[in-house]
Amino acid sequence: MSGKNMNEAALEVERYEARALPLHYFALDRRSFMKSIGGGIAILLIAKETLGFQESGRGGGFMREEMPRAIDAWLHIDPDGHVTVFTGKVEIGQNIRTSLSQTVADELHVELDEIEMVMGDTQLTPFDMGTFGSRSTPQMGTELRRVSYAAREVLVGLAAKGWNANAADLVAENGKVMDPSSNRSATYAELAQGQLLAQDIPAEDPVTPATEWKIAGKPIHKIGARDFVTGKHKYTPDLKRPGMLYGKVVRPIAFGATLTSADLRAAKAMPGVVAVQDGDFIGVAAPDELTAERAAAAVKAEWKTVPQSSSGELFTYLKEHVDEDPQEENRFRQTKGSVEQALSSAAHCVDATYTIAYIAHCPLEPRAALAEWNGDKLTVWTETQRPFGVRQELTEAFHLPEEKVHVMVPDMGAAYGGKHSGECAVEAARIAQAAGKPVHLFWTREEEFTWAYFRPAGVIEIKAGVSADGTLQAWEFHNYNSGAAAIATMYEVPNQLTEFHPVKAPLRQGSYRSLAAAANHFARESHMDDLAHACGMDPLEFRMKNLQHPRLRAVYEAAAQQFGWSGRRKTEGHGFGIAGGIEKGGHIATFAEIAVDSSSREIQIVRVVQAFDCGAIMNPDGLKNSIAGAITMGIGGALYEAIEFDNGRILNPHFAQYRVPRFKDEPKIEVVLVNRKDQPSFGAGETPIVGLAPAVGNAIFDATGMRLRSMPMLRDGKLPAKT
Amino acid sequence: MARVTSLDVNNRQYSLDVDADATLLSALRDQLDLTGTKYGCGEGECAACTVLIDGNPRHSCRTRVGDVGKRKITTIEGLEKNGELHPVQQAFLDVDAMQCAYCTSGMILGAVAMLERNATPSEAEIVEYMNGHICRCGAYQRITEAIQLAATRMQEKV
Ligand code: FES
Ligand code: FES
Repeated sequence: MSGKNMNEAALEVERYEARALPLHYFALDRRSFMKSIGGGIAILLIAKETLGFQESGRGGGFMREEMPRAIDAWLHIDPDGHVTVFTGKVEIGQNIRTSLSQTVADELHVELDEIEMVMGDTQLTPFDMGTFGSRSTPQMGTELRRVSYAAREVLVGLAAKGWNANAADLVAENGKVMDPSSNRSATYAELAQGQLLAQDIPAEDPVTPATEWKIAGKPIHKIGARDFVTGKHKYTPDLKRPGMLYGKVVRPIAFGATLTSADLRAAKAMPGVVAVQDGDFIGVAAPDELTAERAAAAVKAEWKTVPQSSSGELFTYLKEHVDEDPQEENRFRQTKGSVEQALSSAAHCVDATYTIAYIAHCPLEPRAALAEWNGDKLTVWTETQRPFGVRQELTEAFHLPEEKVHVMVPDMGAAYGGKHSGECAVEAARIAQAAGKPVHLFWTREEEFTWAYFRPAGVIEIKAGVSADGTLQAWEFHNYNSGAAAIATMYEVPNQLTEFHPVKAPLRQGSYRSLAAAANHFARESHMDDLAHACGMDPLEFRMKNLQHPRLRAVYEAAAQQFGWSGRRKTEGHGFGIAGGIEKGGHIATFAEIAVDSSSREIQIVRVVQAFDCGAIMNPDGLKNSIAGAITMGIGGALYEAIEFDNGRILNPHFAQYRVPRFKDEPKIEVVLVNRKDQPSFGAGETPIVGLAPAVGNAIFDATGMRLRSMPMLRDGKLPAKT
Repeated sequence: MARVTSLDVNNRQYSLDVDADATLLSALRDQLDLTGTKYGCGEGECAACTVLIDGNPRHSCRTRVGDVGKRKITTIEGLEKNGELHPVQQAFLDVDAMQCAYCTSGMILGAVAMLERNATPSEAEIVEYMNGHICRCGAYQRITEAIQLAATRMQEKV
């Protein structure tokens, strides 16, 4: 093999160490630190390496270099025994507030409701790269377990010292340390009383194996769910500050447009209205939303546009705009044997091109921010997966030192990889600066569809050959633009060439749930289906023949059994399809049944069985919820969703024109969890999305003989007339 | 410009002073601080902003506050009675029918309205009735289960 795996490249620590910044949160000495938090016991986890795991998606200009700092997480037991956990991760609906609390409760030996999680607050929580890449469970989960373990050790140690006992003879249970020989016991609160103890621990401390978990591994419902069913939870748009104004941005008429003239007088003349122009940026604020909208409409702005490409020519554009000199981390090329020779001697060859449209994340809650200045100090509440990244965007935009900027992230209305950036925060802060009052800025749906970033579009070309007995001989795979996540085949092929070709993209693009793994799996697993068909084999049998990976084999088998694959019966208009894959520590097999309405040419996904193995399971109920959600979201990208654009404008920036999955599109979903307690836990927010599109495409092929090679597969919700 | 100075929300008479052209959504959220009602699109396409007006589910983002008059509005904050959750709220909790929960208020009010019209809906009827509500996190199956659970419990109570 030659070339370098992108994830490995991203894990190289030197790139970060060379520029590592000094710590500043805990640079003060421990005693004063402990005093500042009011005493008790604090356990700080010092990162082993940098853990600077950077996403493999290429940013739309907002991914800047960031240096992980030495403390990754910390836990505090105050003199009243309250446990507070501090992590820079954020809650986006993946319910890590719940699963991380479970981890801490489990290892600290306290009840779940004793724990408070402080998340995503740049002043209170340690630096964190961001909540993405399915890193929260394997990284933060493990770290919090270590912190909790160390805290328990400290408590036991304190008790042992107080009682003059041997620590090894004591047990910690239900928030107490007990001495079975003397029946003495002390609560954690009693032990933390009067302490001023900060201890840091290395990242390698041992933890309890999954087989001995008591609270982790249990089906626990969303923490604080009552506040969500009663409407009490405050998302960012729900926050208010005294004197707060409502902001509105006057948007350019197209991407890349520059302002040639602006007349703000009419807006400024409106009562209570503030209007500001700064370069190409124009923002207004008013005491209420309607006035802000009217003020924005009253601004007269002239824009100069530049000619740009359109979605009609997207795939030719991508092929013609390959970036010949990409950055190191954007390169991926892997070769083995000789594809050319193997293809020439193969019994069957299949050669095809797949296309992937741009799609939008459309979290139901669009971007929002509330910004407030106090002198030269800036406080911003906003929704982002990267609170520290947004802080950096703010420090750069306003030329402030980091300690002057405080970013807080309330639990948000989802993100799916779409909220890595801080545009809205910067805009709100700029208007607030002009207004001299706190400003609330809330993007409209149309703004979210237009000014956020998109999942990269792509072109994928595959050439493959098999011998007469169905053994894969050659596999050549080229991905243009959509990304290198899960680009390498998990099947055994002696001759391979896999390459990612970065492109100078026509739209602003960035991360999306599973990055390019959905696109790469779609192409690969559709192609595998074609190959099985070419050699007259059952699609499952063909895959198993060419697959050694034991955990992937296991999920294929589990899904096949639940689905009843071998006993399936073809009926008119119905089709069955399968797909599988591995990404970010998750192993997935998806089996789908679809029905085609022959007159309307519409497709209904009838049933989906998905088996999933992400190691030891933290919360089986939450996991099932998340998997079903990923499957549902996958339906959109598979069948309907595509951003249409022309000359710097988005043509379908509304739910009426951009179809997302609804109740009626939902199949019967059956999730089979393969719990591997012997394996480390991995995240599950992303990988469960990758199997749906190819499984459905393969089922459509089974029903109709049509091979659909574009995501989305349907046109206006219907099967195309021909492929 | 016409102003609206009072609204009947959750069986309470609120005084306010808002332009009659403002949306009911913004009046509820910004003037009355009833922020449980959510903005998802402002276009009548997602139903995150659903409230009940005289018991009928309405998109508050598309309702001019000046058109509400004396009609009774129910928001998510008004479902809980004497500390007891509405059976639909309770069922959403028991099924854990949410992920980010941003769609939850609208879903619950939509379901409450449906169950008032059809106390024993079939799964297909739920899907049909609720199809205007978007849950981008894809919790549809659980939401349907929660509505079924609420329907069963409400029947048992009758
Ligand atoms: S916000 Fe009213 S329907 Fe979407
Ligand atoms: S739970 Fe997130 S939109 Fe429904």
